[in-house]
Amino acid sequence: MRTPADAPSLAASAAPPPTAPKLRLRGVGKRYGQVEALRDLTLEVAAGEILLIVGPSGCGKSTALRLIAGLDSPDQGEIEISGQVVAGSRWVAPEQRGVGMVFQDYALFPHLTVAQNVAFGLQRWPRERRAARVAEVLALVDLARHAQRYPHELSGGEQQRVAIARALAAQPHLLLLDEPLSNLDAELRDEMRVELRRVLKAAGITGIMVTHDQEEAFAIADRVAVFSRGQLCQVGAAEDIYHAPACRFVADFVGEAGFLRGRVRERRLLTEIGEFDGGDWPQGAAVEVMLRPSDLRLQPRPDGEGEVVARHFRGADSAYDVRLPSGTLLRCSLPGAQALPVGARVRVEPVSARAVAFAVAESAPQC
Amino acid sequence: MQTTTASMTLPGRRPWRLGATAASMAIAFLAVLPVLVVASALLTPTAAIWQHLWATLLPVMLFNTVALLVGVGLGTLVLGAGLAWLVTAYEFPGRSAFQWLLMLPMAVPAFIMGFVFMATFDVAGPVQGALVAWFGSAAWLPEIRSPLGAITVMTLVLYPYVYMLALVGYRGISASAFDTARVHGYSQARFFWKVVVPISRPAIAAGVALALMEALADFATVRFFNFPTLADGVVRIWHGMWDLRAASELAGLLAAFALAALLLERTQRGRTRYHEAGGRAPGLPRIGLAGRSRWLASAACAAVVGVAFLLPLTQLAAWAWIELGRMGPGVAQVYLELALNSLILASLAALVAVLAAIVLSSGVRMVGSRAARAVATLATTGYAIPGPVLAVGILLTLTPLDHAVNYFTEYWAGVTVGLLLTGSIVGLIYGYVARFLAVAYQSTDAALEKIKPNLTMAARTLGAGSWRILLRVHLPLAAPGIIVAATLVFVDVMKELPITLMLRPFGYETLATWVWQMAAESIWTGAAVPALAIVLVGLLPVALLVNLVTRR
Repeated sequence: MRTPADAPSLAASAAPPPTAPKLRLRGVGKRYGQVEALRDLTLEVAAGEILLIVGPSGCGKSTALRLIAGLDSPDQGEIEISGQVVAGSRWVAPEQRGVGMVFQDYALFPHLTVAQNVAFGLQRWPRERRAARVAEVLALVDLARHAQRYPHELSGGEQQRVAIARALAAQPHLLLLDEPLSNLDAELRDEMRVELRRVLKAAGITGIMVTHDQEEAFAIADRVAVFSRGQLCQVGAAEDIYHAPACRFVADFVGEAGFLRGRVRERRLLTEIGEFDGGDWPQGAAVEVMLRPSDLRLQPRPDGEGEVVARHFRGADSAYDVRLPSGTLLRCSLPGAQALPVGARVRVEPVSARAVAFAVAESAPQC
Repeated sequence: MQTTTASMTLPGRRPWRLGATAASMAIAFLAVLPVLVVASALLTPTAAIWQHLWATLLPVMLFNTVALLVGVGLGTLVLGAGLAWLVTAYEFPGRSAFQWLLMLPMAVPAFIMGFVFMATFDVAGPVQGALVAWFGSAAWLPEIRSPLGAITVMTLVLYPYVYMLALVGYRGISASAFDTARVHGYSQARFFWKVVVPISRPAIAAGVALALMEALADFATVRFFNFPTLADGVVRIWHGMWDLRAASELAGLLAAFALAALLLERTQRGRTRYHEAGGRAPGLPRIGLAGRSRWLASAACAAVVGVAFLLPLTQLAAWAWIELGRMGPGVAQVYLELALNSLILASLAALVAVLAAIVLSSGVRMVGSRAARAVATLATTGYAIPGPVLAVGILLTLTPLDHAVNYFTEYWAGVTVGLLLTGSIVGLIYGYVARFLAVAYQSTDAALEKIKPNLTMAARTLGAGSWRILLRVHLPLAAPGIIVAATLVFVDVMKELPITLMLRPFGYETLATWVWQMAAESIWTGAAVPALAIVLVGLLPVALLVNLVTRR
């Protein structure tokens, strides 16, 4: 077993067996006074994987990141990095964990040049290797020409990339990113999503990134973990999270969703717009069927049971809020060329007979 | 968010936290020790001493001290708050220049101002000479060697404290407050009394408290004007009778006055925060003065700047010119030596004070508890303690230590090493640091406070330990603030008189002690060159403050 004292070499240690996860959290909990920031978190991240943690503010996602980095210590549970316990039964200080971190405000050292910032974590490396490594990571983020500049001379996107290069330089086991794109303007953010994924994959690093933007999560992640109120709701591939959310909260959080009451009869879910596959629901159960705008088809019909109450023009398509006879509002999308006026009668039909349903008792957002 | 709750208090850093706590406590203990020693002297009074004091000087000194406080308090209040209002609310010729010119008198120490005034307005001085020549008599001129003279001189050098804080306080009042008042039919004057004064009262009161602390500490000016106060009494007893016990009892009484001023400042300053949250609202609109009143306003400002700054400066320069013209190489040698001594003392004190401030501030940050902040507050109360009190306290603390050292060396080695602490500049540096630690702490702490916690976190995740973070991240980033801290302490030490006079090694002269001795003998030209040097160096921190205060 290693002791914390020789842990700096952790970063350069031999690769763990391929089966072992890069990061493992077991039953991790953290309180700040009266607030339970994180409850019983168990999570594994495989080597080379990019995991995105999403959730609304105050859901515990940043706390999870801080605990992994060692900037706070958990009250319960254990954290393992590369098969070694770093918090729980023993404590490894943040500077000895071999974890890189990119902060929301980048936290670049304003008095050091780009190259000096990147070299900050390489103090124990021999001089020539250090210079070579700085050049290498700066090339990776395409900033080699700015090596001698100071952070304030760079644009927001460039500062962002310096922060990533600095965190990558010492070849950490893990790269943690705390809302790294939230300070960029919208256009640059889209560009940086692609760039960020490219850089992480090129570096072959295991990345854990926190964001409150589910689109960003879907664009970058191998897997997405959704947090709510200090708890992990669901972790899985972006498609699964979107199309098969584990609870109403996840369904709501990761994209537009409408919910339609229904009842189970003979393995079918009966709703006012049609029937869906009933799956394993017991006979007579009251359910809510989740319907994404793209799951619904709109047809203008004078005798249609639905009424358009609002139209949201979005460029490529338009979203319509349709009120059904029961009073339920559903959002549907239509290609932009067609335009329906508010008040138009429409018919709403499901595109497919398969849909996710939740028991009605779950109607409050919870996990 | 939780991001700040654990900004520096990281788990697993026990040795550092313990070290920082211990170092902070040690600094606070050393800083407070002299005051405690003096306070204990007051709590265990010696009846004989008090009987003697009461029968001789004490009633007069007490009365004079109270009179001085009332006079200087009122004077600085009216002059400081009034002039600040004039340059804030009205537009008149030269206003923007006067806004900072009015701060310059701060560069002149009271004892230098005192002897210049004495020389200028006394019977043999140029003013009375001119009056006699023109009018045949100067009898209607008030006697300068009087309580009024002392109060006037101190008001003129101390009003900038009130002026500056009032300026900052007025700035917290937004234009919309003024507009609201106008809509409700308030006149400019009514607005001042009903809105401006209540809002800026804490800032103004804090300024008056600072001025009172300085007035309490002064022994030299009051002596020029034959107006003995408690501070004068402490120095007089120490120098006249070398009676530490008696000096300490009187010092205790003086410390009680200082604590009252400190209490005033602390309680008022705590309240200054609530109106700072105004954001970027525009300040008060200035009313253009018309006709005669605009020239009256200019003249009032010019008169204050002229009397409180230009007069001493030109007078000193004139004397220095005479002195430099006729002095021989021997005298130049003396001046150089004085300057060198002052330079060494000021640099050493600045260095020690800044190091102590860094340890204290880092310690408070690392431990992060309320108790740690209290320790820092305690360690920096020295600014309120009059120099004579601190000097007596340090003598009381170090003298037994010196004796103990000599006892042991004599016993074990048969040699007497002499007064290692009180006979060297160690005691002096101790006194300066105890007195000026607050000055160093404020700018150092402000500079360290500005460093974002995430920078520290980033450094830690990049593998940097506490030393590396301190040396490579915190100190370079806080360097400007630390340099300001060192400059402020440096200049304060150059100007300092009572501690220097009472704790210096025998025969060790600085610019300030030289000025004092020459002025006490009425050898004006002999005092002029070092005095001019002190005033010019004193302009340095004033420039820093001007920059800070006049920036909108």
